[in-house]
Amino acid sequence: MIAEHPVIQVLIPLLGAPLCVLAARGVFAYWVALACSLASLFVATRLLTSVMATGPIVYELGGWAAPWGIEYRIGPLNSFVLLLVALLGALVMLAAKKSVDSEIPRERRHFFYAAMMLCQTGLLGITITGDAFNVFVFLEIAALSSYILIAMGHQRRALYASYQYLIMGTIGSTFILISIGLLYQMTGTLNMADLAARLPAVGDTRTVLISFAFFMVGVSLKMALFPLHMWLPNAYTYAPSAVSAFLAATATKVAVYVMIRFLFSIYGPAFAFEKIDVSQILGALALVGIVLMSAAAIFQTNVKRLLAYSSVAQIGYIVLGISFANVNGLTGGIVHLFNHGLMKGGLFLTVAAVVYRVGSSDLNAFRGLGRSMPITMFLFVLGGLGMIGVPLTVGFISKWYLILAAIETGHWLAVALVLLSSLLAVIYVWRVVEFAYFQPRDRSSDPVGEAPLSMLVPTAILVLATIVFGVSTEWTVGVARAAAVFLLGGHS
Amino acid sequence: MRHHSILRAVTKFFLPYILLFALYTQFHGDYGPGGGFQAGVIFAAAIILYGLIFTPKLARRVVPYRAVYIFMALGILLYAGVGIATILLGGNYLDYNALNHHHPVHGQHLGILLVELGVGITVAAVVICIYYAFADRLES
Amino acid sequence: MNEQFGLFNYWVVITLMMTGFYILIARQNLVKKLIGLNIFQTSVFLLFITMGKVRGGTAPILDKSIEIYSNPLPHVLILTAIVVGLATTALGLAIVVRIDHVYETIEEEEIHDLERGIKR
Repeated sequence: MIAEHPVIQVLIPLLGAPLCVLAARGVFAYWVALACSLASLFVATRLLTSVMATGPIVYELGGWAAPWGIEYRIGPLNSFVLLLVALLGALVMLAAKKSVDSEIPRERRHFFYAAMMLCQTGLLGITITGDAFNVFVFLEIAALSSYILIAMGHQRRALYASYQYLIMGTIGSTFILISIGLLYQMTGTLNMADLAARLPAVGDTRTVLISFAFFMVGVSLKMALFPLHMWLPNAYTYAPSAVSAFLAATATKVAVYVMIRFLFSIYGPAFAFEKIDVSQILGALALVGIVLMSAAAIFQTNVKRLLAYSSVAQIGYIVLGISFANVNGLTGGIVHLFNHGLMKGGLFLTVAAVVYRVGSSDLNAFRGLGRSMPITMFLFVLGGLGMIGVPLTVGFISKWYLILAAIETGHWLAVALVLLSSLLAVIYVWRVVEFAYFQPRDRSSDPVGEAPLSMLVPTAILVLATIVFGVSTEWTVGVARAAAVFLLGGHS
Repeated sequence: MRHHSILRAVTKFFLPYILLFALYTQFHGDYGPGGGFQAGVIFAAAIILYGLIFTPKLARRVVPYRAVYIFMALGILLYAGVGIATILLGGNYLDYNALNHHHPVHGQHLGILLVELGVGITVAAVVICIYYAFADRLES
Repeated sequence: MNEQFGLFNYWVVITLMMTGFYILIARQNLVKKLIGLNIFQTSVFLLFITMGKVRGGTAPILDKSIEIYSNPLPHVLILTAIVVGLATTALGLAIVVRIDHVYETIEEEEIHDLERGIKR
């Protein structure tokens, strides 16, 4: 049965979406969505263990052999990302019910869950496929459903944020489409492995260079790499809380995965890093983004927006790791991709709990919450420590590998800026802590209770995972290192 | 559109042929140009034409919202269902040969017919739904 | 000169792409932006269709009299991309309708002003 798992992974949420629509009113849609998310988490876990034990899995859709048909090809890197998406999908869905009930009108809830399922389908599909055009299709499925999800935010600004994201996201994916088209024109194939084999022969042509340029700009828009991040803060601030948590933890990470995949296993490190030397510009943008966006996060008065800016900065860390193009850097980037997904998912879920109880994610709404919502705020602090990169949290592990790689390649400036940004992270996490623990709650406002258990448990799982994987690193770092070696295969 | 009797008469005359042409495009798609996408859009075009001439309100009596949503979902389920059937019959996902072990070519026929039918149903429902979404705004 | 004319389609693609992109960036009206986005996407469709053309080839239909036919794969790809474009446009317009409903304007600057609390 494991042989059929790759397609089942994508099929489960794809089937979940129409079932949610059919379920219509009532809570049935939620249970369908939850069951599908849990099932896809189960499948993702089995895929990862199987890949780590026996090597890559290949699945040919429709029984068509590789260069002609679409194939799903699962190696260590994408099974790792699959697990991240499925894990966050399941945990966010577990926590979502109360939050969604309070934020989404009753008659739209089943559409909300259907869109959530489609978004998972898209993200899982991007990650699993081995066909370049298929990436574009799934990219659009994920993007279109996330525009819908963001537009469902209850403030009117959500609509405008969603529109902005729609314009930017469509430009990004159209750029990627152009690049795939130019690659097809030069090689006559869309299969990633086949592309990689045929590209070196035509690597000197201008068409391939232009396709590379289009791809890099398009994917940078998708993953909100500074300075193409303008859509992200609004989108994550005004989206429904559960959506913010899911998208912040997965959507940009999957875009980063697409970049890694294209850079290393289509264009190849020899083309991307030696011929064009993309690491210069990627590294520079990443560093500027890390510092500026961490600084911007300090000045935000809305906690969701603060976390969104910090997300842009964290994307910078991942890209910095990739730009070193050596085993340590790539390991750091990939492990941070996973770790940051856990941390941001956890942090956004605590904010979702606050929004559920207090009704706002404004910094002022956090006054005195340290006393009235002790567990939620404690989880926020633990997640915040991870963002800073305190030892024994996952944030430390990823930064450790990034700094190792920077020292290896002699980028002392990068070391200094990564450390500086950790200090900036201390400040923006502290701002929330100060409001929660050291400012009294308004006398006039209603008393607030602790978040419901259904939200606390998934949040706690995510946050505790950031501690567990910070202490025992063999598993995450092991998988990430296997992925890095696999990607650099023969090159390092 | 109360007084445009020519438009109303011509529309009534055309509707069955548009629907018939949609079905032709749908079911002849495996031999000639055509298929689910095109057929779905043509089918929806008939409903949209009806809505344009005889007001969206009447069109919604022909194809109510609820039906649109149900068909939207059923189309995807049919498409994915064929895939699951091929897996259960021992092939890969959407490997139509598995649908008929004795005559793989018959399996191919059946498979593509059902999948295109699913695509056609969903496309028709989605296009009609898009039309309703915008047409309702003018009425309210 | 002849060589340049042979690339006619590509010139059209570039012109359309730049026109669409310009509208997308320069216009403030949300609907006009979507029109720009559409022109931009259309140029990409044309790019794909052009690369599928084989000189002297006909439509890729199985028939004994046909020997040279165009590459059908880009057509199929672009059929998918057109559907994606349709969905994007429909969703974009639906969002614009809702924006018009709550803000009573579809001009970008007026929306910004409304959000900053500037009365007009």
